[in-house]
Amino acid sequence: MPETSYLVAVLAIVFAIDLALRAAPFAALRTLRESALVDRLALWMPVGILAILAAVTLRDSMGADPGTAVVALAAVGVTAAVHLWAGRRTLLSVGAGTLVYVLLVNADAAAAITGALPGAA
Amino acid sequence: MGVAVETEAAVDRRGEIAAGLRDSLAAGLGMFPLGAAFGMLVVQAGLPWWVAPALSFTAYAGSLELLLVSMIVAAVPLATIALTTFLVNFRHVFYAFSFPLRAVRHRLAKAYSVYALTDEAYAITAASGEGWTAWRLLSMQVALQSYWVGGGLAGTAVASLMPGPIEGLEFALCALFVTLTLDAARSRAQVPSLLLAGLSFTVAILAVPEAALFAALVLFVVLLLVRYALGARRPREEADA
Repeated sequence: MPETSYLVAVLAIVFAIDLALRAAPFAALRTLRESALVDRLALWMPVGILAILAAVTLRDSMGADPGTAVVALAAVGVTAAVHLWAGRRTLLSVGAGTLVYVLLVNADAAAAITGALPGAA
Repeated sequence: MGVAVETEAAVDRRGEIAAGLRDSLAAGLGMFPLGAAFGMLVVQAGLPWWVAPALSFTAYAGSLELLLVSMIVAAVPLATIALTTFLVNFRHVFYAFSFPLRAVRHRLAKAYSVYALTDEAYAITAASGEGWTAWRLLSMQVALQSYWVGGGLAGTAVASLMPGPIEGLEFALCALFVTLTLDAARSRAQVPSLLLAGLSFTVAILAVPEAALFAALVLFVVLLLVRYALGARRPREEADA
């Protein structure tokens, strides 16, 4: 087990760097409030950043084997479909998509353990 | 007269807090189980249980915390930890551009709001546009941190009892970002940004798959700067905002 002094040092370093990364841009932007460039970026960035976060977490959920990748894509499809056709109720869409993913991933894993899926990892 | 005004303000405040809690719920669906998985990982890695809440208060960034557990176990040098923290969390720099911090007046509240500016908090504000008040923003952020810290504590508590967490619950975060993207992409004006983001992600995943998030965000911002420079040469486009 690591020494407590090492743990405390890690916590202090992480806290300082993290807070600086979150706070510094606000301080910098205060001097640029009239900038047309900043205005434009504020308008253009959110949707793209959200899409990138969605893509990266999807990649993580797809995992290494093709079976999980198909499951993840199906669950994204369910999430988007429920969201667009059931009135954009986020909790409902996220719940439905997650339920599909959890059920299919665990069914997949159970099938792999019992050998019903030849070649599955 | 003063009393009437005060009650009206109190009702207002309650409504705003309720709205913030509602905003936080879908994210909580992903954050609580992921926090629990993190708590279990801390205990199963042989670290003291308090490391889970301690990291959730100091780092307060899920992906970094998961990474730090294995680094702490390996007793990685502090300089490496500092560099990793800087690179993994550098994306937060971009969040200041549209995070509605202006809504918060009180100094301490403002400091908390900046400190608790996570991917999820940013994403929720980015998808729902204007209309943020201090009470709504702060109650949303406090709720998010409660889900995360609470999940972590629950994870450390059950780590010795359960063989492992329920597999797949972390997909809720992916589902959350998908719905928030759909909400933010409602007008056709957003299409160019979406295409540039898609291009950035594709290049990033092919070129540096192990740092895809960081690379994609940097590339996306660079492409937006190019877009701005091209637009500035044709001043007519200014009207399309």
